[in-house]
Formats: sequence, C-alpha cells, structure tokens
Amino acid sequence: MSDKMKSINLKKVLIDTVMAGLIALIVFGPIVGVVLQGYDFTPRFDRVGWIVGTVMAGRFVLSLFLQTASGHKLMERFDRAGGGVGVKPPGHASIMRWVLPVLILMALVLPFYANKYLLTVVILGLIYVLLGLGLNIVVGLAGLLDLGFVGFYAIGAYGLTLGYEHLGLGFWSMLPLAALLAAFAGMLLGFPVLRMHGDYLAIVTLGFGEIIRLVLTNWVSFTNGPNGMTAPSPTFFGLEFARRAKDGGVPYHEFFGITYNSNMKFIFIYTVLLLIVLAVLYIKHRLTRMPVGRAWEALREDEIACRSMGLNHVLVKLSAFMIGASTAGIAGVFFATYQGFVNPTSFTFFESALILAIVVLGGMGSTVGVVIAAFVLTIAPELLRSFADYRVLMFGILMVLMMIWRPRGLIRINRIGIAPRKGVAP
Amino acid sequence: MDTFIQQLVNGLTLGSVYGLIAIGYTMVYGIIGMINFAHGEVYMISAYLAAISIAVLSFWGVDSFPLIILGTLIFTIVVTGVYGLAIERVAYKPLRNSTRLAPLISAIGISLVLQNYVQISQGARQQGIPTLLEGTLRISVGDGFVMITHTKLFILAAAIIGMLALTFMIKSTRLGRMCRATQQDRKMSQILGINTDRIISYVFVIGASMGALAGVLITLNYGTFDFYAGFIIGIKAFTAAVLGGIGSLPGAMLGGLILGVSEAQFSGMVNADYKDVFSFSLLVLILIFRPQGLLGRPQVTKV
Repeated sequence: MSDKMKSINLKKVLIDTVMAGLIALIVFGPIVGVVLQGYDFTPRFDRVGWIVGTVMAGRFVLSLFLQTASGHKLMERFDRAGGGVGVKPPGHASIMRWVLPVLILMALVLPFYANKYLLTVVILGLIYVLLGLGLNIVVGLAGLLDLGFVGFYAIGAYGLTLGYEHLGLGFWSMLPLAALLAAFAGMLLGFPVLRMHGDYLAIVTLGFGEIIRLVLTNWVSFTNGPNGMTAPSPTFFGLEFARRAKDGGVPYHEFFGITYNSNMKFIFIYTVLLLIVLAVLYIKHRLTRMPVGRAWEALREDEIACRSMGLNHVLVKLSAFMIGASTAGIAGVFFATYQGFVNPTSFTFFESALILAIVVLGGMGSTVGVVIAAFVLTIAPELLRSFADYRVLMFGILMVLMMIWRPRGLIRINRIGIAPRKGVAP
Repeated sequence: MDTFIQQLVNGLTLGSVYGLIAIGYTMVYGIIGMINFAHGEVYMISAYLAAISIAVLSFWGVDSFPLIILGTLIFTIVVTGVYGLAIERVAYKPLRNSTRLAPLISAIGISLVLQNYVQISQGARQQGIPTLLEGTLRISVGDGFVMITHTKLFILAAAIIGMLALTFMIKSTRLGRMCRATQQDRKMSQILGINTDRIISYVFVIGASMGALAGVLITLNYGTFDFYAGFIIGIKAFTAAVLGGIGSLPGAMLGGLILGVSEAQFSGMVNADYKDVFSFSLLVLILIFRPQGLLGRPQVTKV
C-alpha cells in the first residue's frame, strides 16, 4: 500500500488522458464542431479543440492527483458513505440563536430602505424559498422524488386568477383555498402512486406536471391559453393598492390620508410573504421533531424496516406529499399576485428542475441550506446576466457533482442529542 | 374507416419508434433498477447527429439515398453509443452504491446539461433535414384513400430489423447471455467471472444505439426537431416501457406499438391538441392499476 502511494504510474495517467481526449472528441466533435444552418452547416473546429484540450488537461491533472497521497485520502472519503446526521451534545447552544433574530430584524427593516427592483428580486427569492421548503419536505425528509412540483405551483397561481375571474374571489380567500386545492390534488395523485416503488412516483409526477401545463395551454376558453390571465392584487382589509380604486373600492392612501407610494403593493406582498415563510419555517421545524416528521425520515432511510414496525407507509408519505403540495399552492398564489399576470410558460419542467436544484444544493432535509440556495439560485442570475445562457448548464453540472460528492447536501444536518436522565444506565 | 386505417399506419410507425426508445429505458431499468431520465436527451442528440451527418454527406457530394442513410445510421449509432458510455461513466457509475435518489437526481442533472449544451452549441432555433425519400403509396379503402409515404415504410422496416437484431443479440450471443445473467443476479454473475461493470456500460451503449436508430428514423419522418425534443418523446417512450412491463424487452416493443396506435387513434378521432395529455394520463393510469405492465412480473421486495 505504501509504495503504491509513493510511485506515480505515469503510463496509466497518459492512457487515461488519451482515452478521455478521444471520447471527448467523439462526443463533442460533431455537435460542437458542425453548426447546422438550415440544410447547410458551418464548421467550428476551434471550439472542439478548446473543449477536447480542456478535457484532456483536466483528466491529466485529476489522474495525477488521484495517485498522490492526498488523492488517495480523497478517494477514501468518497468510499465512506457519509451518512446520517451529526449529533451535538445535549444542551448545545446553536449559533442560530443569535443569527436568526438578526436576520429576521434585517428582513423586517428591508422594505424601508429597498428600492422597487431589489424588493421584487427579494420577493421572487422568498417565493422560491417557499417552494424549496415545500419540496424539501417531500424530497429531503420523506425521500420521494417529485418532478411535477410545478404542477401544484400552477394550481395555486391559476387558482387565484381563475377564482378571481369566475368566482370573484380575492387574494385572501384564495390563499387558504389554493393550499387546500393543491393538497387535494396531491392526495388524488399521491394516494394510488405512493403504494408503489418510489421511482415510479418521479415519472408519474413528471407526467402530472406536464398534464397541468398542457391543459392550461390548450383549454383556451377557460384559461385563455398561452395568452395568460391577469391576477388580482392583494388588499389590506378591503383597501386597494392602486392609485385609483376600481369600482367602489378605497385606495389605502386616501383612507390613511398619506401620499401614494407605488412600491406599497410590493412592500405589502413582501411583508405577508415574509410572515408566511417564517410560519412555514417554524411549522417545518416543529414537524421534524414530531412523530410524523421522524416517521418521514425513518421511511426514507429504510422502508421495509418501518413497515415491519407497523408504520402505515402510504399515509406517512401522503402527509409529506400533501404538505409539500399545499406549500407550493401558497407560493403559486404569491407568484400570481406579485406578477399580476400568469401564463403557462411559467410552469414548465425547467421550473421543477430549478426547485429540485435548490433542494439538492441546499442539502436534502436542511432548512438553512434550502433558504440560502433559493436566494443564491434566484439572485445569482440577476447579477450574472452575461452568463444567462449557461445557467441551466451550471445547474445540471452542479446537480451531478453534488450527487457524486455530497449526496446529502453542502450543509450537514445537526441535531441536538437528548441527555439521559440521572440514574438510568446508558 | 379510411381515417382509422390511416391513423393505424401512422400509429404503427410512431409506435415502432417509441418501442426502440423504450428498449433503452427497459434494459437499464432491468439491469440496475434505475430510470434513466437522460435517455430522451440521448434521442434528441441523435436527431442532431443525423442532421449533421446528412448535411456533411451532401456537402461531400453523396446523393444516393442508400449511401446517405447507411452512413448516417452508422455514424449516429456509433457516436450516440459513445454518448451512452460517457454518460454512464460520468454520472451513474460513481453512484452505484449511493442512496436511491442520487442516480435519479444525477440523471436529471445530465438531462439539463445535454439540453443546454445542444442549445448553446447549435442555437435554440428549430433544425431540419431535407426530404430524402420521396414517394407515397396510395391504397384505396372503401370510398377513401390511405396514404403511406415511402419514408413510413422504411421506418417500419428499419425498426423491425433493429428489434430483430437486438432480440437475436440478447437471446443468442455471449454478450446477450452475460447481460441476462447480470440482470437476473448481479452478485452471482460477478462470482461467475462476469465483469458486471462492463456489462452495465454495454447496456447503456445498446440502449443509446437503439435510441439513435429511433432518432434517425423519426427525424426522417418529421424532418424537424429542436433541443427540447427529447423531453416529450422521453416520457412517452417511458410510458411505452411501463405499459409493456418495465424490464421486459418484448414488452417495450409491444408497449411502444400499443401507445403509438392508441395515441394516433386518439388524435385522429378525439382531439389532436390533447394527444400528449392522453399519453401522460395513460401513463398515470397504468402505474396506478397495473404497475407491472402487460408482460412484466409483479415486483417482490426482498429484505
């Protein structure tokens, strides 16, 4: 073992490099090197050269590195299944006790200083936090891969617009209704499917998300098809956030006798959304410590063991699935009212993949990670506009790398242990 | 009546292609129990490769149909096979002993990567190929006509030959025997001296090659495609695999034909806008009522 570590087998490194270069040439050569122009093409062999060169150099360095001592150490770390959660000693005071109030305070004063642009970006970030938290319960805690999460999001968003259009319901009545509606859809879909092997759920939910989108696109008489529909703004105890109220409503600035501020609608949405996100965070925090939350995680780790202990696996999974769906429904209502407009292009599979990327990068089951990842993945594209074309590519590569490197996410989940009572043998 | 037969012909053509793609899903699922979400993207890549090969061949002055199609098939199948190999090596092999969700998520990542990579390198616009095989067969049925283009006949013939070749390979060659052994019991096959890692790689290559054949054929028929084309076809082929019983080769072919025909009949008789909804609903319904499919065996979980 020791002499294996010291000597570097240069021949193997070279063979690896040449093989990687050859495969890269075959794989990237045609697609990157020959750009179709109608029935004709333009050669771009310079790009192939760059890619193949990069792949070969990367493979060379990797191959060399893996034969050194630190490389061996790295490989051993991969072999170890870095599983489970970290357990802190009882009575451990988390740093979050100080960070959390500061963050909440910062979030509360933000609307007084932010301009409209920043506010809209943060609202979008919060919507994705909500979606990420919902999917995190389904994927991270219960271990069910849901690829049609965007379907429940669409149910929430279209619930608001359709409820407004056809039933005259406003933001506040649709908020709970959309959650119920999405949860109900989740139950209809989940109940039969959750009895079966887990992988099928992924494909069924994928189909479900597409069905929702296709119906929204094609049922023109009901949903106005690809042209989309307008969504109502929220009201504050019946007061509207427009400069002039529509048919008989009262705008807030006339009621309070203050000057009109066009940001007020977004400040209001932001405040309500923030409160809901905090509530969902708290509920999720409590749920993971309740029997049902423990059951989710247990079922994720070993389904057969749980079933033989007498857990009803369908009901436990269904509860996670429905809670996740209702969170997405709420997020959908906020999305619709924030945009003032919805159309089916907001609910493509890519959106589901983006939410999944948030959960995967944040760490399955980790709340803090999901919040950070949601903000990073929604705000980073705003900052890096020139890389917009490569955004999806980056997400994809990150998802693969994360699965190989740290399938449980960047942030390790820690839990505080319970002290045994005095006089009880350990 | 003529509509029915016309849609039957269209459905059989489409269905044979679904069957070819479904083979990729079913073989991978059979051997490592994983849904290869990136398989639809492999099909999309092969459509691009076919168009590139046709463009380059006609640039070189090759203009006889058999030569173009033969060159395109060989080129596309080989390169797409290497794609299958590379994807397996990069995204799935390191995860062989990981959690159950990890390969699924990695597959979605690869699928996003492939879509975006093609979009960046080839542009987002729709691409197409010229019509290579002219001519239509007109058969009178009752008081109407059924039109069968020569392209459709070619597709049916090529798909059947492809399926027969694969069946022969799996049933009668040494590699096929090793594949079946690995599918039945991976650990035991390892003990008996089969390099199962290599067999798994071969299965990915075979699946990708079948997808490539499908990609060439479907591109010949429709003539247009874009970087997003793999997504819908991928789910439909998966539906076909599940319909026939995932893990079963004849099932995949049968499922493809049934799905293709029923989808064509639906769009001919009911509503063409909702044909995708029809296929996806069929998928959901099969998974709910007969998850083992038509020819599959019910799954038994062993501890």
